[in-house]
Amino acid sequence: MGAKEVEAAFVKLLDEKGVNAVVGKRCDVIKTGCRGLCANDVLVDIITPDQGRVTYDFVKPEEVEKIIDEHIVNKTIIEKRKAKPYYNQFVDAQMRVVMTGCGQIDPDSIEAYMEEDGFKAIEKCIKSMKPEDVIEEVKKSGLRGRGGGGFPTGMKWSFCKASPGDHKYLICNADEGDPGAFMDRSLLEGDPFCIIEGMMIAAYAIGCDFGYVYVRAEYPLAVQRLQHAIDICYEQGYLGKNIKGWNFDFDMRIKMGAGAFVCGEETALMASIEGHRGMSRPRPPFPAVRGLWGKPTNINNVETFGNVRHIINKGGDWYASLGTDTTKGTKIFAVTGKVKHTGLVEVPAGMKIREVIYDVCGGIANNRKFKAVQAGGPSGGCIPSDILDTPVDYDSLIKAGAMMGSGGLVVMDETTCMVDVSRFFLNFTRMESCGKCVPCRIGLKVMLDILERITEGRGEMSDIETLQDLGVAIKKASLCGLGQTAPNPILSTINYFREEYEAHIADKRCPSNCCKELLLWQVVEDKCVKCGACKKACPVDAIVWEKGQLAWLDKEKCTKCKSCYDACRFMAIE
Amino acid sequence: MSESVELKTEEQEPEIDISIADAVIDKYINISGNLMPVLQGIQDEYGYIPRVVADHIAERLNVYPSQIYGVLTFYAQFHLKPRGRFIIRVCVGTACHVQGAPRIVETFFDKLGIGHAETTPDLRYTFEKVACLGACGMAPLAMVNDSTYGSMTVQKVDDIVADYNQRPLK
Ligand SMILES: Cc1cc2nc3c(=O)[nH]c(=O)nc-3n(C[C@H](O)[C@H](O)[C@H](O)COP(=O)(O)O)c2cc1C
Ligand code: SF4
Ligand code: SF4
Ligand code: SF4
Ligand code: FES
Ligand code: FES
Repeated sequence: MGAKEVEAAFVKLLDEKGVNAVVGKRCDVIKTGCRGLCANDVLVDIITPDQGRVTYDFVKPEEVEKIIDEHIVNKTIIEKRKAKPYYNQFVDAQMRVVMTGCGQIDPDSIEAYMEEDGFKAIEKCIKSMKPEDVIEEVKKSGLRGRGGGGFPTGMKWSFCKASPGDHKYLICNADEGDPGAFMDRSLLEGDPFCIIEGMMIAAYAIGCDFGYVYVRAEYPLAVQRLQHAIDICYEQGYLGKNIKGWNFDFDMRIKMGAGAFVCGEETALMASIEGHRGMSRPRPPFPAVRGLWGKPTNINNVETFGNVRHIINKGGDWYASLGTDTTKGTKIFAVTGKVKHTGLVEVPAGMKIREVIYDVCGGIANNRKFKAVQAGGPSGGCIPSDILDTPVDYDSLIKAGAMMGSGGLVVMDETTCMVDVSRFFLNFTRMESCGKCVPCRIGLKVMLDILERITEGRGEMSDIETLQDLGVAIKKASLCGLGQTAPNPILSTINYFREEYEAHIADKRCPSNCCKELLLWQVVEDKCVKCGACKKACPVDAIVWEKGQLAWLDKEKCTKCKSCYDACRFMAIE
Repeated sequence: MSESVELKTEEQEPEIDISIADAVIDKYINISGNLMPVLQGIQDEYGYIPRVVADHIAERLNVYPSQIYGVLTFYAQFHLKPRGRFIIRVCVGTACHVQGAPRIVETFFDKLGIGHAETTPDLRYTFEKVACLGACGMAPLAMVNDSTYGSMTVQKVDDIVADYNQRPLK
């Protein structure tokens, strides 16, 4: 937020003071490479020969002058403004492979990318490896698709390679529809050349001559950065015919999505590229056999392509040495919700969820109690506190009733209601259902109606059974992954948090003080510690509070916005 | 999530300059799968897809109008009615939901007097709920045109509306 202004302030003041320095573009949600610690924007690094790299956080444009005067001109680090130890902890506890470039290099500059061994991997492939060797190396690395399914990438490539056809397509899936995940966006915005190189390597290995990147409409900056990178590659001969005289052709184009979650599903995505409604179709035939415009097509996720050049550069064995038996390498997670430090976290597969949340991200915000973490978004499930030692790999997560999905981890505390979360996801999947098959189109709507009844206090005990039966039936009978996984969040919360459903139904009470229709709108006197936080939060002055007094909620004035509920750290408002 | 098709409002549509649409179509005419880029390009020009233009596209690309409307109504991105000067979008993705997005949405509804995917009669505001803008770290999130507002509160909604009420419509 405001990184553009901070950057402008640096450029202007450095100029005025005649200091010689380079302003690299860095951190900004709107403008660049994400460093992962998004909540503490704007982050600024100052690199000087004397002090090395120093990171400041929460920098505002007004402070830029001070930083320049003291740090750069007088060479004294402003200790007070330096990012606190948590920043180093946040960074040190991670292992960055795919994200090495993100937030470290200027995403608009091919020179910066070349300095980081850019295009070395594709050169190595073409000059010293046969396409089969490249696939073999990727197979050896154990890389599995990061788009959710976790299909072994090397194997997928070999299928498409084996498929007969003179013309083959390569697609990079950057639809990233899971609400709560944003690693693909960060990769495209922070290191677009790395994704291009990954696609070139895949194209060489499989024998594709044309690639599409299908980007979500909601990511205009990613589109802009990637387009810029593609343009530079064409100018400098890294894309097009006879690339760099290597006798290898590859063309690439961006396709913008138009706001439909189901288009992340591969067959719907291809229909969308062809200009139709994005509806799924039954498989087989798989895309490797009959894909885009009937031609053999290979489709992978952004992060999958992001891994490829590192595997080629450092070798499949090196990559396979990271992670667990079934999940190799690293995985990027978007950790959001009620944790102290939200952001992108890249860790070796197999790290325990507890470590990700507590050691890397600093634990739960506001001293509240941890309740669960939602993994895998609308197709995943919840992981409660007693199985927090589950390692983050594909198979362990599925066993726990969740899913790796795209890698969104939404942390929930005691104020998050699990019934409400289920209703939220179901509402999402129901709206995004393409409507082709009945179980998904109608079944999800029926489930949603039941959940709405429950959150409004009109549920019946038999509803829980009905939800489970419907859920299982929809999973079995739906055509594509959307319908097959949509009931997961509900089934998983019923499994782990059945008592919350029962409280809503039997006692007409929401244990997390979350469902509006079930709230009493009053302060519980023996829980209130008289801190006054609620009064500050209320936009309409409906809370009466004096120093040292219990708070009191004026129901006449209250607009039921629930701001005070979130502000109170003691769950004292019911 | 697409809005319903309201074709009755056609009479009120202002004069449409078809040549702008033609320029966009010419750009993509020889590319396979050009329907989406054409529609996206045309929406960029007019701000929405006017009905006469949709019919014109059908003619020029030689596809059935039903196919065009099929695509237009399937994707949330396309709009069949003119849109406001300021597009307010509130994220209702998972991270924003657990951090209180619903109250931000309701406060906007209340302040603007319109619902999801609706436009105020003076064409000042269009309001939309969107799923994840990809900046979940700053949840709950709102955007007005290209400006992002993080860590939203009900109070900030008031400030934003007050601010944009002051701005010129053109
Ligand atoms: C409803 C639905 C949504 C999906 N959304 C995405 C997505 O946003 N990004 C993605 O890479 N894969 C998504 N997938 C998975 C893709 O169909 C496909 O498996 C994946 O892109 C393959 O790439 P990978 O092998 O690299 O994982 C989705 C699947 C379904 C069923
Ligand atoms: S499961 Fe749902 S999204 Fe998938 S094809 Fe059927 S209706 Fe469409
Ligand atoms: S719910 Fe909202 S309006 Fe009501 S007392 Fe709490 S903060 Fe004030
Ligand atoms: S925030 Fe909670 S504890 Fe503090 S005064 Fe209000 S009700 Fe009491
Ligand atoms: S956007 Fe700045 S750290 Fe993520
Ligand atoms: S959930 Fe709101 S920005 Fe991602």
